[in-house]
Amino acid sequence: MSTALKSPASTTDKRRRSLSVRPRTLALGAGLLLVLLSTVRVVSGADDITSSGTSGAALRLAVPIGLAGLGGLWAERAGIVNIGLEGMLILGTWFGAWAGFFYGPWVGVLAAIAAGALGGLLHALATVTFGVDHVVSGVSINLLGGGIARYLSSLAYGGDDRPPGSGQTQSPTVDALPSVSLPVLSSGPDLLGDLEDRGWFLLSDLAGILRGLTGDVSLITLLAVLLVPASFFVLWRTAFGLRLRAVGENPVAADSLGVAVYRLKYAAVIVSGALAGLGGAALVIGSIYREGQTGGRGFIGLAAVIFGNWRPGGLAAGAGLFGYADALALRSNDAVRGLLLFVALLLVVVAVRQALLRRIGLALTAVLIGAAFFLWYATVDSVPSQLVGFTPHLITLLVLAVASQRLRPPAADGLPYRRGQQT
Amino acid sequence: MSLLTPERAEPAPPPPAGPRVDLRRLALGIAAPLLAVVVALAVASVALLVSGSNPLTVYARMLEEGTTLRSALITVNNAVPLYLSGLAVALGFRMGLFNIGVEGQYQLAALLAAAAGAAVVLPGPLHLLLVVLVAMAVGAAWAGVAAVLKTTRGVSEVISTIMLNVIAGGIAAYLLSTYLQERVEGSNNSRTPKLEASAQFPNLDPLLRAVGIEPPQGTRLGGFVLVAVVVGVLYWLLVSRSRFGFDLRATGLSPSASVASGVDATRMTIVTMLLSGAIAGLVGLPQLVGSSYSYGLDFTSGLGFTGIGVALLGRGSPVGVAVGALLFAFLERSSATLQRIDVPTEIYVIMQGSIVLSVVVAYESVRRIGVAQAERAVRRAVDPASAS
Repeated sequence: MSTALKSPASTTDKRRRSLSVRPRTLALGAGLLLVLLSTVRVVSGADDITSSGTSGAALRLAVPIGLAGLGGLWAERAGIVNIGLEGMLILGTWFGAWAGFFYGPWVGVLAAIAAGALGGLLHALATVTFGVDHVVSGVSINLLGGGIARYLSSLAYGGDDRPPGSGQTQSPTVDALPSVSLPVLSSGPDLLGDLEDRGWFLLSDLAGILRGLTGDVSLITLLAVLLVPASFFVLWRTAFGLRLRAVGENPVAADSLGVAVYRLKYAAVIVSGALAGLGGAALVIGSIYREGQTGGRGFIGLAAVIFGNWRPGGLAAGAGLFGYADALALRSNDAVRGLLLFVALLLVVVAVRQALLRRIGLALTAVLIGAAFFLWYATVDSVPSQLVGFTPHLITLLVLAVASQRLRPPAADGLPYRRGQQT
Repeated sequence: MSLLTPERAEPAPPPPAGPRVDLRRLALGIAAPLLAVVVALAVASVALLVSGSNPLTVYARMLEEGTTLRSALITVNNAVPLYLSGLAVALGFRMGLFNIGVEGQYQLAALLAAAAGAAVVLPGPLHLLLVVLVAMAVGAAWAGVAAVLKTTRGVSEVISTIMLNVIAGGIAAYLLSTYLQERVEGSNNSRTPKLEASAQFPNLDPLLRAVGIEPPQGTRLGGFVLVAVVVGVLYWLLVSRSRFGFDLRATGLSPSASVASGVDATRMTIVTMLLSGAIAGLVGLPQLVGSSYSYGLDFTSGLGFTGIGVALLGRGSPVGVAVGALLFAFLERSSATLQRIDVPTEIYVIMQGSIVLSVVVAYESVRRIGVAQAERAVRRAVDPASAS
């Protein structure tokens, strides 16, 4: 029962179009997105689409998803599928909140990392040493992680001598970590805030987004953002990273060159768990632990890995997108309705591009779907919140359905490996 | 490991006779679950010691509480949906398919079956049959989405079913808050209208009394246990006694070999997912047609995820899955009153989780020992000189 998380087509040798993007294309795309968002804001009047509040919330909400995703990236680059991220995230939230309340937020962060890493160690023990199917082990760790958190909650917060504000299923409030702001621009004179309030097309939108990303950023958020380039550096620019990725692509070849396959797999999965644990800390530091609060973010992190084609940059973009969808849904229903207009405009752009490439059928399809979205925007007052909640999941499914032939997971991802095997 | 691997010389073993090896493998097969239970008890004991209670006292208490007649009936009732959920997952396992989407499939199925059952009026058995068929159809359709994505677009069913779970939950919550909820003046209760008596499944209390067992006050034996038994028998016939089941197991053991021998892999994937989804559609029914008679926000959730654990315990055999479901239900029931001796009830979740993890490790280890033994036996048979 070995379940490889990859499409059959991706193993063929035929040339595929690369998904890596050049900086100029990236800048052009970002500029286009900004113009579309500004247009939508002006037309629909939903200021929250580009407000600093929304972008700040999007960043905060993207952090746990992104950290779980980084965890998934580390594990899968070494060939271990980690469905157990959700369980490790839960362990991180519980231990982060418990240690954070009793010993201060920094100790909480360390405890969360340690708890997640322990979960990772368990996963490595099951999958690497005992050769258990990766998905089976991951599912069991999710069961166990949830169970341990529920049991310990009951133990720590269920009695009569419980700390004030806690209860059977939740912890007391944990102190926040200090947060920083960019001087002059986002605090002090707050030039960006000033610009944002003027409501100018494009300029105010850019200012709003930047101010949200640079103002009042918690240190744990900053740490998480820095871990993205750090992961890239370690995995793609060091000998250790090269060996780790070799283990995920072809463990037999790596072994024949003297690479310690088991040890690297262990290291990758333990780091994976530690990152997920830190993601848990990001949820509870400055807030509380609540039962069920992770809400499948571990799985969304895994989706971000696939969305980003097993690359840190793409993963961060995916996490940002999911965080933005969450933030909009939380902050303003008006803005979500505006998003329908945004999707309609985006599809028009796609249609124009396809028409220029002489793909008339695709262009017409895009126009039709775009028209449907515009009709939806024009006829409703609000989008039901229950439907907004699963936007990230729907996007993931669509991306997989459209692009799974062009995604390239590590070649030995999810396959069992025994030392001494020869194929 | 291959035949070329040098093997340490053993002191001239006699050529193994068939039955002897089989006996040893049988012992190994029994050792695995036993070992797993011991490890799980050890883990739970550590958790209990951390909480400052004596594990032995707690286990004695659980045994006492879990073996009363009342607890036995509740255990069976709770095991029924777990069994169905476990079978749905296990069917996919036999083919190497991972249906993590049972959770979403049964939630959506129960909601739509409740709505369909409340919308029509039919005579007795027909009404009930309609509810059951709607549930199975919805479950199959939702699993079918993952099957189509896998066969046409190459999307792993592990990821797609996880995403479909959340989407199903969102759609169910939306439908329940808009079109499908019962309109009651002045109240805002989010639940479907109650099913008429013609769509309610009779309980088995008369049967219990007939054999001389008087069910305790407020406890009933749900009739859906009969359906579960029937589904279990059908599952066994399908997997172990049919051409389809043979192809299914062959594909699970070696996809390339079965495709080479003429199995249509695409068709197998779609049919298996649809059947798995249809069984998943039944998971919510013991509650819907047996006790609550409507679908509301408080409808039991999580059965799909627990079912994965049950299926892993049962290793795809209908009897094994039944044992797993009863064990899980027993653990939950027997820890229900632990709060009175200051032990968190949630200890049963830790026990369930550690049992599943240690069981899969034990099974895998035993499988490897078995494979190593078989390889050694083959080597001796092929070239007796090298083994001595």
